[in-house]
Amino acid sequence: MQALATDLGFDVLFKGTNFLRLLGGMWVTLKISLISVALSIVLGILLGIVMTFKNPVTKAICRIYLEIVRIMPQLVLLFIVYYGSARLIGLKFEPEFAAVIVFTFWGTAEMGDLVRGALQSIPKHQYESAYALGMSHRQTYFCIVIPQTVRRLLPLSINLVTRMIKTTPLIVMIEVVEATKVARQIIDANRVASPNAAFGLFFVIFVLYFAVCWPISLLASHLEKKWSN
Amino acid sequence: MAETLLTIDNIRKTYGDNLILDGLSFDVHKGEVIVIIGPSGCGKSTLLRCINALEPIQGGEIRIDGELIDGNSRNIAQIRQKIGMVFQNYELFPHKTVLQNIILAPVKVQKRNKEDAVKEAEQLLDRVGLLDKKDSYPRQLSGGQKQRVAIVRALCMHPEIMLFDEVTAALDPEMVREVLDTMLELAKNGSTMLIVTHEMNFARAIADRVIFLDGGEIVEEGDPEEFFSQPKTERAQKFLHTFEYESVKHHEHKED
Repeated sequence: MQALATDLGFDVLFKGTNFLRLLGGMWVTLKISLISVALSIVLGILLGIVMTFKNPVTKAICRIYLEIVRIMPQLVLLFIVYYGSARLIGLKFEPEFAAVIVFTFWGTAEMGDLVRGALQSIPKHQYESAYALGMSHRQTYFCIVIPQTVRRLLPLSINLVTRMIKTTPLIVMIEVVEATKVARQIIDANRVASPNAAFGLFFVIFVLYFAVCWPISLLASHLEKKWSN
Repeated sequence: MAETLLTIDNIRKTYGDNLILDGLSFDVHKGEVIVIIGPSGCGKSTLLRCINALEPIQGGEIRIDGELIDGNSRNIAQIRQKIGMVFQNYELFPHKTVLQNIILAPVKVQKRNKEDAVKEAEQLLDRVGLLDKKDSYPRQLSGGQKQRVAIVRALCMHPEIMLFDEVTAALDPEMVREVLDTMLELAKNGSTMLIVTHEMNFARAIADRVIFLDGGEIVEEGDPEEFFSQPKTERAQKFLHTFEYESVKHHEHKED
C-alpha cells in the first residue's frame, strides 16, 4: 500500500505543508473565479438587457464586443491586460486583478448573450397579458419577465460558470500562483526524491476541481427540477 | 338605454400599407354584450387589441368613461385596469400557480390586501368549478381549465368591460362548452362584454347586439335574432352561409 502510494506520487502530498499549499493555490483559483463569475452575472444581465434594445448603435457596439471575446483566446486577453496595460497606460496591475478583469470581460459577454437569448424567448403575449392586467413595464419585468428568464437562463449560465472555473489554470501564464502552479513547484522541488509526484498531485487537483464544480452542477439540476414543476 | 361605457369613434388602424380598420365607430353601453363576428382577417382581434392599447391606432379615438385610451399616456396602466382581456391562448404565467396568477395584479397593481384577494380569487374559482386546482401550475391544466382561470384572473381586477378574443378557438371541442358556459353566466350577471368568436350559436344566445365586420369596416350591426335569421347585407348572408351544411343523405332520400 505504502509502495503504491509512493509509486503514484501521493507521498509528496504529505511532506511538509505541501497539501496546505495546494489548497492555498486552489483558494486563489476559487477567489478569482467567484469574483469574476459574480461580476459577470451582474454585468451580463445589464448587458443582456441592453442587447435587446433596438437602437442600432448599442446593437453594433454589443456585437463588436461579443465578437472580440469570441475570437480572442483568453490567453491573449490575459497578456494584453497584464503586460499591455503596463506598457500602454503605465499601470501595473496585480496579476490576480488582471485575471479578474479578463475573466469578467469574457464572462460578461457570454452571460450577456445568454440573457439576451433568454429574454427574447419570452413570448410577446406574456408581456401583453401582463399589460392587459394593468401592470406597468416595471412590474411586468420584475414579476413576469425576469422570473421566467432566470429559469430559462439557469442551465446555460451554470455551464458558463463551470467553464470559467475550468479555464482558471490559464492565469499561470501571468504569474498567478494558483493550484496547478503550486503543483508544478512541488513537483520540481521533489524531482529527485519522488519522480512520480506529477500523477498524485494532478490527481488531487482533479479531485479539487471536481469538488468545486460538482455541487454547482447538482444545484443547477436541483433548481431545474424544482422549477419545471 | 344605459349609459355609454366605451366609445369607439372613427378609428383607423394600418400595418404599413395595409389598412386593417377603416373608420370604425360604435358605442358600448353598460351591461351590454356585443359579439363581433366576421371572416378571418377582417380586423376583429385587432379591434380588441386597439381597445386595450396593445396596438396603436392611426386615427380616431377610443374612450372609456370619457377617458381617452392612449398607449403612450402615463396613466395607461390605470385605464387598462378597467378593461379585462382574455386571449385565445390563455397566456397564464407559467411560473405561477393558479392562485398566484389570479392575485398577482390585484395585489401588485391595485395594492389590495392579500388575504382579501385570495378570498375573492377562491370564490371566483369556486364559481367556475376550479377551486381544487388553485395550487396547480398552468401546465397541469387542460385548455378549458386554463381559459377559465384566465377569465377569473381578468375578473378579479373588477374590470368595467371584458374583452374576449376568440377564447375558444384553441380549445378541443369538448372543452368549448365549459368556457362558453362561464361567459354566459357572466352575461347573466350583467357584465359588459365585447366578444370576438366563431361560435355562431353561442353568439346568437349571448349577444345583445351583433356587429359584423368585413374588410375593416362594420358591414352590418343589430339584433342577433334578426341578424342570424335575416341578414340584410349580401356579405353577411354569404358569411353566415359558410356555417351551414346541407345534409346530403337527407336530399337523397327526398329524391327517391
